[in-house]
Amino acid sequence: MSKRRSDWQNRPQERFVRWMREGYLALDEAIEDSVLQPGEAPPEVDPELAAQHQEAALQHRHDRDLALDRLAQYDLYAWTLTKGRRLIGRLHVLLSLLLGGMIIFFLLGTVAHMPRFGAADVPANNEVITRYIEQGLAETGATNMVAGMILDYRAFDTLGESTVLFIAACAVLILLRIDLDDKGQPTQQLIAEESDDRHYEPKNDRILQGTAILLTPILLLFGLYVILNGHLSPGGGFSGGAIVSSGLILYLNAFGFKKAGRFFSYKTFQWVSFGALGFYGVAKAYSFYCGANGLESHIPLGTPGAILSGGLIMPLNIAVGLVVACTMYIFYALFRKGGL
Amino acid sequence: MLQALYENIEQTVAVILFGIGFVILLLQRNLIRKIIGLNIMSTATYLFLASMGYIHGRKAPIVVDGVTQAIHYINPVPTGLVLTGIVVSVSFTGMMLALTVRLYRRYRTLDIDQIALMARQEEVE
Repeated sequence: MSKRRSDWQNRPQERFVRWMREGYLALDEAIEDSVLQPGEAPPEVDPELAAQHQEAALQHRHDRDLALDRLAQYDLYAWTLTKGRRLIGRLHVLLSLLLGGMIIFFLLGTVAHMPRFGAADVPANNEVITRYIEQGLAETGATNMVAGMILDYRAFDTLGESTVLFIAACAVLILLRIDLDDKGQPTQQLIAEESDDRHYEPKNDRILQGTAILLTPILLLFGLYVILNGHLSPGGGFSGGAIVSSGLILYLNAFGFKKAGRFFSYKTFQWVSFGALGFYGVAKAYSFYCGANGLESHIPLGTPGAILSGGLIMPLNIAVGLVVACTMYIFYALFRKGGL
Repeated sequence: MLQALYENIEQTVAVILFGIGFVILLLQRNLIRKIIGLNIMSTATYLFLASMGYIHGRKAPIVVDGVTQAIHYINPVPTGLVLTGIVVSVSFTGMMLALTVRLYRRYRTLDIDQIALMARQEEVE
């Protein structure tokens, strides 16, 4: 019992208070008020002096309250800077983990009630899919049904995708392009930053150049194959464009911006992207117009399986591939050096 | 429930990846790591979508030998949706990385808290 009573300083409340104002106890003690000891008789004083004293005492109490107030404020401030920050940080971690755990938990509950993986009678396999597969070959002329779907039935969606890519490239261009001063020269600070980057650029690296000479044509050819065969086999504009751009980036890495600039400049980017997107929009507008009004489309579908078949799908694949290749290449060039 | 989760193992993994990406997005202060978290989330979505389209014993939707019965091919729609998702993810990743580069050039740090603090100080001044 006595042990417990003597342990009052370690009560949670006291511990919390001490933890809160750790290191500020000395300040607290400095402002202790002096009080009369018990048993001491109050001394005789004349009333005028007593009034003065009383006023001084009032003043003193007022000052002390003010000081305590300030101390409390400072305490709180110091607390938010040190321990409060840590506390809130831990709370943040805890709540984030809790939120993530709850998201995983509820989504797992949903997954447990979903149709089994690989089942044929799921709601997603409805009449739309049946129609796409059974009529797709006759209506689009493409043996690759995914290409037939994204570039014919859902071509508007793909136009939006290409536009998103183009806009992203424009936004990165705005954000990262090296600013020019009034005379069209890059500013001094940016030149300094540039020379920093050049430090890491390999100069006439024989191994890299040899690899690039060997690999770039293969990559470009393979990319072209994937683009042109998009309606017959897996692939298409997006994957083929990414392969072509990887070939271009390899060439750029091996031979530097000066040589790569001979075939790819801002003008190329502008005109190729604009031309490809414009062609896509016009071609699809034509086919939508014909389809919606029941007019006969003058685009031959060809025999399924031949390279020249599928109506508009191959030209559209080429347009998408050009946009993707340009966008990827310009992303790389801008992040690398802030320009072409 | 565990049996059901095991049978839907693709979706289960996708959901867990999604949660991991979300927690990374909340907890990491480094902007690059936040972007990586967002990309993990989008990858989880692709896995989920692609697994939704699969049907046991059927082939990829590329017509071979003129067979056009729907019973022979898997669902082509989720594949197209994944394609859309990948393109959008590439675009926003590039955009966000560009913004990060600009922020780094201005403040010389990638810590989002410090950047916010410095921006607020600049506002006060």
